Amino acid sequence: MNVEIDTSAFTEEAYELLSELEDSLLELEAAPQDQELISRVFRAMHTIKGSGAMFGFDAVAEFTHEVETVFDMARNGTIPVTKPLIDLTLAARDQIRAMLDAAAGGGEPADQNNANRIIAGLRALSPEKKSGGGGGHAAGHGAPAGKPQAQTPDTNEPHIFRIRFTPNPDIFSSGTNPLLLLNELRELGDCRVVARTEKLPDFDDLDAEVCYTGWEIFLTAEIGENAIRDVFIFVEDECDINIRLLDRDQVMRDREESKKLGQILLERGDVNSNELEKALLPLGDRLVQAGVVTPDKVRAALTEQLVIQEKHDKKKTAETATSVRVPSDKLDSLVDLVGELVTMQARLNQTASSIGDHTLQLIAEEVERLTAELRDNTMSIRMLTIDTTFNKFKRLVRDLSTELGKEIELITAGGETELDKTVIDQLNDPLVHIIRNSIDHGVESPEIRRAHGKNPVGKITLAAIHSGASVLIRVEDDGAGLDAQRLRAKGIEKGLLSPDDELTEKEAFQLIFAAGFSTAAKITNVSGRGVGMDVVRRSIEGLRGSIDVNSVLGKGTTITLKLPLTLAIIEGLLVMVEGEYFVLPLAAVEECVELSREDVEKAHGRHVINVRGEIIPYIRIRSRFEIGGSPPEIEQIVISEVDEKRIGFVVDKVVGQHQTVIKTLGKNFQHSEEFSGATILGNGGVALILDLTKMVRYVEEEENRELDVP
Amino acid sequence: MNDQDTTTSTQYLTFTLGHEVFAVDIAKIREVLEFTSVTKVPRTPGFMCGVINLRGSVVPVVDMRQKFQMTQSVKSVNTCIIILEVAQDDGIVVMGALADSVREVMELEPDQIEPAPRIGMQLRSDFLKGMGKQEGRFIMILDIDKMFSVEELSSGQPSTAG
Repeated sequence: MNVEIDTSAFTEEAYELLSELEDSLLELEAAPQDQELISRVFRAMHTIKGSGAMFGFDAVAEFTHEVETVFDMARNGTIPVTKPLIDLTLAARDQIRAMLDAAAGGGEPADQNNANRIIAGLRALSPEKKSGGGGGHAAGHGAPAGKPQAQTPDTNEPHIFRIRFTPNPDIFSSGTNPLLLLNELRELGDCRVVARTEKLPDFDDLDAEVCYTGWEIFLTAEIGENAIRDVFIFVEDECDINIRLLDRDQVMRDREESKKLGQILLERGDVNSNELEKALLPLGDRLVQAGVVTPDKVRAALTEQLVIQEKHDKKKTAETATSVRVPSDKLDSLVDLVGELVTMQARLNQTASSIGDHTLQLIAEEVERLTAELRDNTMSIRMLTIDTTFNKFKRLVRDLSTELGKEIELITAGGETELDKTVIDQLNDPLVHIIRNSIDHGVESPEIRRAHGKNPVGKITLAAIHSGASVLIRVEDDGAGLDAQRLRAKGIEKGLLSPDDELTEKEAFQLIFAAGFSTAAKITNVSGRGVGMDVVRRSIEGLRGSIDVNSVLGKGTTITLKLPLTLAIIEGLLVMVEGEYFVLPLAAVEECVELSREDVEKAHGRHVINVRGEIIPYIRIRSRFEIGGSPPEIEQIVISEVDEKRIGFVVDKVVGQHQTVIKTLGKNFQHSEEFSGATILGNGGVALILDLTKMVRYVEEEENRELDVP
Repeated sequence: MNDQDTTTSTQYLTFTLGHEVFAVDIAKIREVLEFTSVTKVPRTPGFMCGVINLRGSVVPVVDMRQKFQMTQSVKSVNTCIIILEVAQDDGIVVMGALADSVREVMELEPDQIEPAPRIGMQLRSDFLKGMGKQEGRFIMILDIDKMFSVEELSSGQPSTAG
């Protein structure tokens, strides 16, 4: 067994735990009382320590132990969760990360002084200063780093409690509402309540002021029995409360099989074994028929069975159906193979229909169905939720705003939105740029905000939503907004505009994407150097996405990124010009109309056409790509939406929809930006995929140059 | 300066462009294909023939005659595409090169190879690794990595200048 592989498995796990730790800490900062979160932090640290020691990362284990010790106190309520504690723990997290980096990558060793400082700080927080702890030295000798203690207290594992709550009939007279108590129980954890109504008299005999009902509550929660007793603390004398821990003792012993109904009733004393024997056949109903138990009791017992079963199942699935870690290059090659399969399948379809054999066509159709399913499945494997990326920004916002003396709250929404792994990987840097900009230039300092009558705490919203075959990611701040006039002035100063240029507000906003453009008066180490937004735009376009800015002066700025769901396969429209095939992304296509000679003549040589009263400019693919030959009598215009404008592309023939597996053209065609790639057709030929946005932009530039527009 | 390189391998594939014989180190060659239809990528330099489908991959093809500013090739039954493995910036890139015909694989010992003259070749000397001789004929040994570098291939008129 190779030791190298083992440690890499540990570091990978540790990195994951660390990011989980970071998330939990940030959440904890917002809800310092949340016991569940404190436990989560503790558990993450505990695991890092334990497996760290196991894999020989002794320094990591020792250091983590120190942090864990302090957090253990926080968990037991000895010390409160305060901002300094969270700050230090976050710093400790970074330190652990640095230590791991150093150990794994052989990079610079982690700064020991920093570690000592963190530990000293943490120790200062704990009420009982350790005697003889070595004056803040990291390697506390008392730390049993080699074998982490199995200090997993009871509260870590969820328990099932059965609570029999039978209020005294006159409980209402004391003003107690049992329902409120039940609600309180519900807040403790997953709760199921069965009402016991056997004492309920006939309606005529009913006294509205008497409580006839009792309840059985099955509570699954990570709490102790005392927490439940606390709920009933004021009514203890006025009712009968029976709390029993169901798991551990009994359930865990016979975990292979959930308990039988009869057994449960028997144990609960609702029925004795003789009665049970008698009624053993179809159990529940028989017992009721025989008048041995009331239907409510059976119902309660059934619920109990269900709850235990569920927990058991959950445990089982947690054990077996966890995720599988796969190196991403394996996934990449899977996607490649599926891509080839899609191509071959198109070829099979074409061949089958040209041969005309019915059986073969049936097979081809079946293969088509399977291929489509396989493709969708493969693509979904590559889909990741965006929340990991979002969560990273919580830290960024927190640290940066503190550094800049601003108070900013980050709100995220739509974290469950799924995107292709490649897109997510490449989305990180652009988003960092945008959010940094929002923090630095967007949101004002608390004083200015107060002066403008705004909430001193700024707000940045990060949201993702699906929109057709795209995902929209919105970064919205409620800061100062963009000043179109100032942008314009700056543009003129930088020589990007001439003073007489008329600009719409929207066009002025687009200036922020120009290279070397920054309106920040002073350069901070955060932003203001004017590199950034142009890089952002380029990387988003590299992902076949687009970027849009909207802003209201004084109210805030919204930047919207539109990204494709996947990069590997798109729906395309296959068109033909003089025997050459091209693919247009179908998502952009709106309609196809005919272009006759007559239409062309009517426009007097101008490349525009009247479609139902709307003037639409068009680009001739034939002349754009210098393809020879003469166009047919009637050409086709594919009208697409490009940059929110309708533009036509003239081709000889529209062939039809095409599942397009995108192959990059590679560096050798880096100047051919009008193509986003190539795809292989059913007949084995190659078709180029058009990048309509870039093409329109180039045509516009060239025409402006020819017509000598300044 | 290329002495080291030329001694490592002694086998070369020879092919013709026009009436001249050229050679490429056999280690650089993946396979030789018959000429198939090539999809032209519009607005690229003339020597970029376009792309072909090589068992599911899109592979660019370069017309070597045009790259050497020779007369344009006339397709014949002998025309073929030599699939090469070119070392570009970020790894090995598979590319096709159009040749008029492929001749043979031959041995050339290092002492049979002379450095290419700096002038008089009507050919960029940095594309040549050396000159070999066979039965009194010259064989020009090409430096594939230089000839097919990204800079070389994407130079020429860029597509965007109208």
